[in-house]
Amino acid sequence: MPEPTSPSASSRPTVATAPASTTAPAVARTKTSPYPIEHFVADPDETPVRATDSVVSDVAPRSLWGEAWRSLRKQPLFLISSILILGVIFVALFPGIFTHEPPNENCLLANSDGGPTAGHPLGFTVQGCDILSRVVHGTRSSLTVGLFATLGVVLIGGLIGALAGFFGGWVDAILARVGDIFFALPLILGAIVVVQLPVFQQNRNVWTLVVILVAFGWPQIARITRAAVIEVRNADFVTAARSLGVSPLGALVKHVIPNALAPVIVIATISLGTFIVAESTLSFLGIGLPPDVMSWGNDIFSAKPSLRSNPMAIFWPGLALSITVLSFIMLGDALRDALDPKARKR
Amino acid sequence: MAWYIVRRFLQLIPVFLGATLLVYFLVFSLPGDATAAICGERGCTPAVIAGLREQYNLDQPFWIQYLLYLKGVVTFDLGTNFSGRPIATIIAEVFPTTAKLAIMALVIEAVFGIAFGLIAGLRKGKLFDSSVLVLSLIVIAVPIFVLGFLMQFLIGVKLQWTNPTVSGDATFTELLLPAVVLGLVSFAYVLRLTRTSIIENVNADYVRTATAKGLSRKRVVVVHVLRNSLIPVVTFLGADLGALMGGAIVTEGIFNVNGVGNTLYRAVLNGDGPMVVSIVTFLILIFCLANLLVDLLYAWLDPRIRYA
Amino acid sequence: MGNHQGGRRAARTAAGAPTPSGGPQPLLELRNLAITFATSNGDVPAVRNAHLTVMPGETVAIVGESGSGKSTTALAAIGLLPANGRVSDGSIIFDGEDITHASEKRIVELRGSSIGMVPQDPMSNLNPVWKIGFQVRETLRANGLPSGPSDVAKVLSEAGLPDAGSRANQYPHEFSGGMRQRALIAIGLSCRPRLLIADEPTSALDVTVQRQILDHLDTMTEELGTAVLLITHDLGLAAERAHKVIVMYKGQVVEAGPALELLTNPRHPYTQKLVASAPSIASRRIESAKKAGIETGDLLAPTASKKAALDRVIEVEDLTKVFKIRGSWGKSTDFTAVDRVSFSIARGTTTAVVGESGSGKSTVAKMVLGLEGATSGSIRFDGVDITTLGRKEMFDFRRRVQPIFQDPYGSLDPMYNIYRTIEEPLRVHGVGTAKSREKKVRQLLDQVALPSAMMQRFPNELSGGQRQRVAIARALALDPEVVICDEAVSALDVLVQAQILNLLADLQSELGLSYLFITHDLAVVRQIADSVAVMKKGRLVEQGTTDEVFDNPQTAYTQALLAAIPGAGLVLPPEVA
Repeated sequence: MPEPTSPSASSRPTVATAPASTTAPAVARTKTSPYPIEHFVADPDETPVRATDSVVSDVAPRSLWGEAWRSLRKQPLFLISSILILGVIFVALFPGIFTHEPPNENCLLANSDGGPTAGHPLGFTVQGCDILSRVVHGTRSSLTVGLFATLGVVLIGGLIGALAGFFGGWVDAILARVGDIFFALPLILGAIVVVQLPVFQQNRNVWTLVVILVAFGWPQIARITRAAVIEVRNADFVTAARSLGVSPLGALVKHVIPNALAPVIVIATISLGTFIVAESTLSFLGIGLPPDVMSWGNDIFSAKPSLRSNPMAIFWPGLALSITVLSFIMLGDALRDALDPKARKR
Repeated sequence: MAWYIVRRFLQLIPVFLGATLLVYFLVFSLPGDATAAICGERGCTPAVIAGLREQYNLDQPFWIQYLLYLKGVVTFDLGTNFSGRPIATIIAEVFPTTAKLAIMALVIEAVFGIAFGLIAGLRKGKLFDSSVLVLSLIVIAVPIFVLGFLMQFLIGVKLQWTNPTVSGDATFTELLLPAVVLGLVSFAYVLRLTRTSIIENVNADYVRTATAKGLSRKRVVVVHVLRNSLIPVVTFLGADLGALMGGAIVTEGIFNVNGVGNTLYRAVLNGDGPMVVSIVTFLILIFCLANLLVDLLYAWLDPRIRYA
Repeated sequence: MGNHQGGRRAARTAAGAPTPSGGPQPLLELRNLAITFATSNGDVPAVRNAHLTVMPGETVAIVGESGSGKSTTALAAIGLLPANGRVSDGSIIFDGEDITHASEKRIVELRGSSIGMVPQDPMSNLNPVWKIGFQVRETLRANGLPSGPSDVAKVLSEAGLPDAGSRANQYPHEFSGGMRQRALIAIGLSCRPRLLIADEPTSALDVTVQRQILDHLDTMTEELGTAVLLITHDLGLAAERAHKVIVMYKGQVVEAGPALELLTNPRHPYTQKLVASAPSIASRRIESAKKAGIETGDLLAPTASKKAALDRVIEVEDLTKVFKIRGSWGKSTDFTAVDRVSFSIARGTTTAVVGESGSGKSTVAKMVLGLEGATSGSIRFDGVDITTLGRKEMFDFRRRVQPIFQDPYGSLDPMYNIYRTIEEPLRVHGVGTAKSREKKVRQLLDQVALPSAMMQRFPNELSGGQRQRVAIARALALDPEVVICDEAVSALDVLVQAQILNLLADLQSELGLSYLFITHDLAVVRQIADSVAVMKKGRLVEQGTTDEVFDNPQTAYTQALLAAIPGAGLVLPPEVA
């Protein structure tokens, strides 16, 4: 509690008690109170009146991205997830640093489903391969699929969504219908149908998988982009740009897209996780990446029959997969908080 | 209102046609012999292949094929699969199990998702809220098959509370664990959606006005905050019913449930094109119907739509 | 039920019932009140040292700009502070009872039955998913009053809602803004509270509706003997409606007193500024001065000397815009937003187009800017019809006509810093070199009285008024001849508004600009415009010079608009100016 000084002493320097009814005779229609009303004036020095709308210039200029970055830096969710992601990327780039055991070449059936031993801290798979090595070497394919599938959907879905949102009318109507059709086929379902086709079974690799995931994954990004673009499209600053003589396409590229980017970035980050899950799910079903490509999903698929005897052969790749996906989803969540337009200073 | 429903229904027709056309095209028109699987490694005589092609209309131009197929869908005559069994019969056999599983999952995710989301939203920033948020992220991140194996191993094998796999009867208790696994990811989404929606509505002007009217806190929360927050949640749940059917592929595989998902999976592995197309068509139909249901629910929940 | 009658009796007798201390007991008293908000940057004081007394049956207005703490102070009285706000010092005394830290139960008891509230925005304050009747009924029921359909209908019809019985079965979105506000007033007064907190109850409504609603509220509270705590940004409105006016500035009460006393004899520098700039007061003053035969020249914002030569820079003739509206079952109906409108702007002068929401005034602005095609009619700019311009000519035309929009938060691209924002028009039209463009930007910033250090800042760091200055600088970058101000000052606080209006007037006399001023606010028109065109439902109902229209309005609609300017009932002694 601050000082308990009497309020009347400090802040009522000028009190003129005047019954309101006695003032100016020219008045009509102001109300008069039956009670006496004192005319109270606060000490002008106590609340000095600043120049109207004065410019405060003691802080460094800050762009929206700069502010988002400042709030991100303080978020534990962001710090944890970005450290994890950097770690995962590092493992994918340099698997040799984390294990000297070759993932495929040194598999002995004698070690099949064996527990941890010296030099093999996580034990062995059913084929007798070192689990640690398989998990470490499986990182790259998962990450590659996730990264390129995300790039693909952002480019295709983003472009379609931006065009539909900005131009509206029949472009929007057609693109929306096409999106609806793809929406009726969930990502995994669509991918399963295509993946089993002979033409893909004969060319199973990381890139065909990316193509399939992009083909069924773009509508979501397109919807998000479209909604974001529509929200910005009608902003006064876009109208202002148009009345400066900026062309529609120019306004889209210079003003609309930069302002519609935030939700797309958030969804793209989360999608990266989703695509990694999709890849491993297909591999787990035995129709994703071919068996000779090392991937967490493939390892879980092959460890499936011996779940009761050697659950750890499923647990470790599952853990690696979960942590990777979790870090992308956490990053997306942190980005959403930082880029949320509602939280922005108005 | 009537116009709204009719419009939504009409909008679904091109979606259904487009999606089935897409699937039919992918399965039967991409390079590769659709009948290869039936003959296996040994190969068939040209006469047998020709017979098969005729049976599945593969000798017709693509458009005719598709139209004949659509005619089959409308008359419930889906033909036979590569093993010669009527596809409609197979679907009728396995659908009830999957429907039971999906509805159980839906109830679980709705009840727990809304309850947890409501509490978290009302206590934004408190311990319960933050822990539930982190937990929901983990549930979303851990792939369903990892989660499935983990729960199967812990609850079915280690603790032996329930059978690790589901028998042909697919009783309620047997399906409980698969339903939890199937509904878990959506549960996390329902929770987060409810929470966001609650937080948004708690700060809405009309909630403050309701408080100023002298209503009790409980009434304000239930009648004004929760009621309005349910609109997006119910929408999500409706759309999720369709997604759960598709998601059952993995869950049914893990727990060996003899449902639509497992049947589709087997058809995929066998390269049984007609079976795959029929089941996917069936799932698209369910998806479209679920969406129609959502539109109806939406109109029922939000008078602004109803009178639009 | 006890509250129902008790409240009335108390209100009636309070005036004559002396309290032990001698004078009548105030209904609400805030003593030394301080309110603090907990934010991520620590505690922020929102209100300090606030004093306020409301006597039974009295109307007290709190006047202040946005962020002055006026709403916060009032809401604290019924425990409706936001979750991060708290009363950090002082006390709130309602009818002799200290309720500063009263229990939740006690506050819930008081709300509705003893202290009612009418909120600001009728669009967002009714729950969209419940029928109006339901929302009235639950209020009655929660406060233990009879809540049958006839009671609900009675409450609604008292608030001036016609056909209340069937209206109760409708949803909020089927109501117009004015009707919603009547429903909210019905709810606020349904339990006969002794004190009504009215938070900017009409600021979201058209002026004519605003007047009706306020009149009705006045009559009702007078009949019921309800005391009113009225929160408003409009000094004219406060003076007209309240017994006592309290002026708040930066979280403090700076001046309080009888309404007229404050207008005629403001003592605090802030009140003095407010009295000098409030448009409703200023336009009143002009009227009073004219009646007293005083030359009004120095009361008006300085405008360019009126040229006798009528050089018309823009001539709009029979301008019509028809929109197609998609109805149910695929039918589409025509909606005529602008219907054969003709007016002109003389070079170097300001023409105001005035109208309420839905009058089509903004559509006129869009068409004159060439952003919206006309269905028929012509817009001649310097004698050339712009509706027929080709791409290239249109591009050149854009240099000569520039807009300023209403929402200072929406009109600047948040990703562009101030330099890029003002430079964009120069770059788009390929004017000058990078160096000369920078010089021009500095000069423009100087013209709108912003320091050139501002160039590296982003819009989110600027106040509303500053953003509007940047928007003006951008509009002036290409040395246009005509500037179209679409509600350009409507979203600003009174003092900032006055400042921007002065800036616009200065720029006009300096650069010989012509303004098309689109607004709903006649008080502003009085200060800045040379001629006025009044629009209603797409049609032009009256036009003439500002003096003609204000002194001798020809149509009933214009008369109603003029009468609805807050403070229109005030007759100020001319020497106040």
